[in-house]
Amino acid sequence: MMEFFDAVMLARMQFAFTVGFHIIFPAFSIGLASYLALLNGLHLYSQKNVYLDLFNYWIKIFAVAFVMGVVSGLVMSYEFGTNWSVFSFKAGPIIGPLMGYEVMTAFFLEAGFLGVMLFGRERVGPKIHFFATLMVAIGTFISAFWILSVNSWMQTPAGYSINAAGQFVPEDWIKIIFNPSFVYRLVHMVFAAYISTALVIASVGALHLLRLNKSAVGSAAGTFTQGSRQAVCLMFSMALWILAILVPMQMEAGDQHGLNTFKYQPKKIAAIEGHYEDAKPAGLMIFGIPDDKNRKMDYALEIPYLGSIILTHSLDGEILGMDTWPRDETPPMALPFFAFRIMVGLGVMMFILGMWSLWLRHKKTLYEKTWFLKYALVMGPAGFIAVLSGWVVTEVGRQPYTVYNLLHTTQSHSLLNAATVGTTLVAFITVYFVLFGIGVYYILRLMNQGPAGSELASTPVTQSKNAVYGSYLQNVGKGDSHES
Amino acid sequence: MNLDITLIWGGLLAFVVLAYIIFDGYDLGVGILIPLMRSDQERAQMLSSVRLWDANETWLVLGGGGLFAVFPLAYSIIFPALYLPLIGMLLSLVIRGVVSEFRWQNKQSAMIWDSLFFVGSFLAACFQGMILGALVQGIQVVDHAYAGGPLDWLTPFSVMTGIALALGYSLLGATWLVLKTDGELQNKAFSLIKVLGSLMVLMVGVVSLWTPFLKQDYLSRWFAWPQAIYVLPVPLLLAAAIFILFRAVNRRNTWVPFVATISIFLLSYIGLLISIFPYVVPDTITLWEAAAPLSSQKFLLPGTLILVPIILIYTTYAHWVFLKEEKA
Repeated sequence: MMEFFDAVMLARMQFAFTVGFHIIFPAFSIGLASYLALLNGLHLYSQKNVYLDLFNYWIKIFAVAFVMGVVSGLVMSYEFGTNWSVFSFKAGPIIGPLMGYEVMTAFFLEAGFLGVMLFGRERVGPKIHFFATLMVAIGTFISAFWILSVNSWMQTPAGYSINAAGQFVPEDWIKIIFNPSFVYRLVHMVFAAYISTALVIASVGALHLLRLNKSAVGSAAGTFTQGSRQAVCLMFSMALWILAILVPMQMEAGDQHGLNTFKYQPKKIAAIEGHYEDAKPAGLMIFGIPDDKNRKMDYALEIPYLGSIILTHSLDGEILGMDTWPRDETPPMALPFFAFRIMVGLGVMMFILGMWSLWLRHKKTLYEKTWFLKYALVMGPAGFIAVLSGWVVTEVGRQPYTVYNLLHTTQSHSLLNAATVGTTLVAFITVYFVLFGIGVYYILRLMNQGPAGSELASTPVTQSKNAVYGSYLQNVGKGDSHES
Repeated sequence: MNLDITLIWGGLLAFVVLAYIIFDGYDLGVGILIPLMRSDQERAQMLSSVRLWDANETWLVLGGGGLFAVFPLAYSIIFPALYLPLIGMLLSLVIRGVVSEFRWQNKQSAMIWDSLFFVGSFLAACFQGMILGALVQGIQVVDHAYAGGPLDWLTPFSVMTGIALALGYSLLGATWLVLKTDGELQNKAFSLIKVLGSLMVLMVGVVSLWTPFLKQDYLSRWFAWPQAIYVLPVPLLLAAAIFILFRAVNRRNTWVPFVATISIFLLSYIGLLISIFPYVVPDTITLWEAAAPLSSQKFLLPGTLILVPIILIYTTYAHWVFLKEEKA
């Protein structure tokens, strides 16, 4: 048991923990930043207050999520060096410049305009404020571009040579940035971010619609104004449009990404598909419990031919099994196998949500059907779970390498003792769970409050519990009392 | 060989680190001063004066990322050597970052968040100072890898540089508050500058006298004839900056203390660079030994030369937007 917790294993756990925590927040901020830019633009164009109401509502949630993304991302940029110094030395010449460009083109853009976006509306006017919002949104997008380029290069390295010191030397930057799996990964991730955000927005919309519908029927003590109902309906409708359109596109993108992985990372596909032995034709494993020790799949439930059809687009195409390669060159099967099934299963449930919404729209009952609203409500976190699952598939599937087939994970780490890494791991877990737990609690509390309607600005719920962020700071600046 | 890209990179990275020290220094400093203010109103005002902290912190990401990209050997030696203080700094910054946001979410718990904001700011500053001190005092390297223990960084010298930097940041924070606020808070900030400035002078003196005796090499940079004549302007200008700082406080000038303190930081930083150049891991690895292949350096250079000025422009704009507001 003790040798399981050696420094390398602990370093991997630390990295996995911090990235796993981190990935949720950028996924949310990419989607939310675009949504905020859209709302701000629509308000600027149409001058309708409802867009501004929604903007003011979501920007508070964005502020909390963004800050958690920033600080957990800061940790990531240093952990390469602390825990993975050999990897840093060898892959730094390629990955470093890409991350350098990320910081300069994206990170600064987001952070630089964030202040104006959050607090500056009154000071700079609506047009510059819209510009600032747009810059933040573009920043999140550019950030995704570079980071996925880095990640994809580690998966499908290209455009390099190796020097005497064992370093990867960049030869062709176009090939490095646009490496074979990059476009697939970028599209898949950006769609995932948009879908995850839309699911959250739809879920919050559903929550408030359920309450509004109930209070309209039941007691007269509805806490919402007419304006806020309009805002809730609008955000619910917008989010479901996004889902109805993007989820099918994401399925196609995921399929294309799978074909690309089949071509460049067949070992990962073998793990995902659950095949230990070569299969020709190959079935599609619906369920099973992988037994890495005895190299067999227990309780396998398989649909004949379907695996070949999906991956090779022919009835009897061959899919290589894990035993094609030496055992120390393949990833463990269970994690990618199960994570993939969670991701795809959630994808199907999102697809149902989108299609159902189209049907109800057609019937003009989108905002009334209680079962549909409840379904939308519980699907709120589905996108993040799918993102995390997809990340497990792609990262664990890359094992046992940091740079696929070229640099072994066990040869990438720093010479550290287990106690040091273990101590900091515990510190990370404690700080992250406490602080980000509180952050998520605040986000949920904001979501629970619902958007204010500007037609009747004295909406009790939203004003008393939580004074509007910007106006609070303004009051402070002017020396007013800050208890509203 | 008429253009040494690696040297340009050394200069650029030095600039990025300096930009970090000044930008995040003032807001870490404001965080350190939080406990000195009793009223909730003053604390809220202080916190809203550092609302661009995440843009400021981005310089730190660029510093780490730049080292990774251009001097990967130095990155892979320094980071494991300074493992604990680096992670300590990161966690402190995580705490400080999130609680600055939490304060506006829950005013009932403002006291808790303010205390944590102070703890995060103070520890981040101390760890940064200790990182600096540990680097200056030297890192044990064998076969191009860190070969020391997990606590080698912790010495009297590094503890002292940790305290010195925390003091320096709080001085910078106080001068920032003078610039950004008025009334009672500004008065308090003015009197803080006098106290912190005196302590800072003391610390600069101690560090400057201690550093040259850490390594023979440092000593000869500063005291061997005739080099000493080239480095003499640094201490002289430092003395001038300190004089200007105190005079400005007496005249209740709002801009000069901030600029004078930045000059003190700049001159101390130049002094540091004079001590360690051309090494990036002092005494063991030079800039050129640590450098990434030329193709990496060349790829990142034009982007950096174009983007950093643009970043400076819009960061200044963002600062200016809020400066106007608070002075209105």
